[in-house]
Amino acid sequence: MHIPDGFLDSKTAVAAAVLAATGLGVALRQARLHLPPRRVPLLGLAAAFVFAAQMINFPVAGGTSGHLIGAVLAAVLLGPSAAVIVISAVLIVQCLMFADGGISALGANIFNMGVIGGVGGWAIYRVVSRLVKGLFGCVVAATFAAWCSTVMASIACAGELAVSRTVRWSVALPAMAGVHMLIGIGEGLITALVLVAIARARPELLQPDTAAEPRRSYDTIAAYGGVIALGLALFVSPLASRWPDGLDRTAEVLGFKEKAVAPIVPAPIPDYKMPGMHWSTLGTSIAGAVGTVVVFALAWLFARALVPKGKPDRAGSPRDVP
Amino acid sequence: MRHDFLDRYSRLDSPIHRVRAAVKLIAALALVIAIVLVPPSRPVFLAAMAVFLVAVAGFSRVPWRFLVWRVILLEPFVLGVAILAVFQPGGWRLFLFLVAKCTLCLMVMVLLSNTTPFADLLRVLKNWRMPALLVTTLSLMYRYVFVLVDEAQRMKRARVSRTFTPQRARTWNTMATVVSQLFIRSSERAERIYAAMCARGWR
Repeated sequence: MHIPDGFLDSKTAVAAAVLAATGLGVALRQARLHLPPRRVPLLGLAAAFVFAAQMINFPVAGGTSGHLIGAVLAAVLLGPSAAVIVISAVLIVQCLMFADGGISALGANIFNMGVIGGVGGWAIYRVVSRLVKGLFGCVVAATFAAWCSTVMASIACAGELAVSRTVRWSVALPAMAGVHMLIGIGEGLITALVLVAIARARPELLQPDTAAEPRRSYDTIAAYGGVIALGLALFVSPLASRWPDGLDRTAEVLGFKEKAVAPIVPAPIPDYKMPGMHWSTLGTSIAGAVGTVVVFALAWLFARALVPKGKPDRAGSPRDVP
Repeated sequence: MRHDFLDRYSRLDSPIHRVRAAVKLIAALALVIAIVLVPPSRPVFLAAMAVFLVAVAGFSRVPWRFLVWRVILLEPFVLGVAILAVFQPGGWRLFLFLVAKCTLCLMVMVLLSNTTPFADLLRVLKNWRMPALLVTTLSLMYRYVFVLVDEAQRMKRARVSRTFTPQRARTWNTMATVVSQLFIRSSERAERIYAAMCARGWR
């Protein structure tokens, strides 16, 4: 999902950079105010950990392999603000040391993966882990949040590419979201497996300092929410609303596309449309909602398999992970 | 220790390596912005840029094979997105143009990262008033990324030498355990580093 240089036009790159700088600024301020000095080196080490963990390949069918992205893992282990800083540091190093992700697209990448992926994923994790208690709830929430964060980041990425007029929205959204709905499943599984392994070995690491993030800081929530909402309004909503009236034109592109893109979008509901549905916007929304519900159910089953019901939680299981 | 592929050539000695890091960073930014802003009607500019970058690469004395290999390794990301551009009017032209633009930008960044030590870039960013916490995080990350990658490789070697080729379901579980051990070790290391920093009068 690292956008290279050359795909974003100047207005998109600048807008995304401003949003990313605001999000990162909020995270840094939050960390400066509330992060205990003891945990400052952990930020650097966690960034190095995410980088090293991304080099460990998990075999997938057919000789391909995937790796962890780690935004939700970092957010669960360290809290949302620390996760934004850690993911940004990883992206900056990848950009400046390996040319992985462009320097003009650095803002967009930090916004997509750090702010939307980290904070957005953490928000979902928080809501779900409040509803479902115990280690089981933690695993369900992390699996689901990791999937959502990957898909949300890919949708933002598709929006940026479309606003830059590099790729048409009607091509970018199904391709990016479709591929990342699959990648997200792997991300969710890896995140859950790693969290369960950490909970078995060192349960105290799963309980981040409550002092690190104050219980209710509405200004921080408002700042992150504002940045994410503004980003979605800038990159995603104009395209979504323009979609129906451009339908005639996109229809031929879609017809053209179906042949060519179909093999790389093996979505369970073909081409993101319910069969027999003509309103593509509605069809896409329904398909997305059905996919989300299915993933939540899968996350539930997977977590049940990892954390069996009858077994009492281990001594230090995260009872109420904040 | 087989991780020196991370930044092997950034400490060579050549006319390009001797240029100050700030100058190189600004030049790289300017080149990338110039390349991004080229309209599709000016392919000549891109060709001129390519000649210039090849000349810089020649002066830098970084082995050709390494540079070409790095660009090729990063090319799938470019092609993956650019291929989507084919499915719209004027597709192939746009596709070729995008690939050319992105490849040139990749060359700029690959040259920058292989002729400038990361510590120097970090010093420049610090002088440009990057927030102190982010600078600390980045420098600690750069310092320990080699240690952790090495640790991950050691754990992998230990696992491979003790197990037969396992089934796929088991593999994921084992890999996840490796990742979790890596996190546990890095958080323990962070505590030792904090103690060492305090002992040396940090803050």
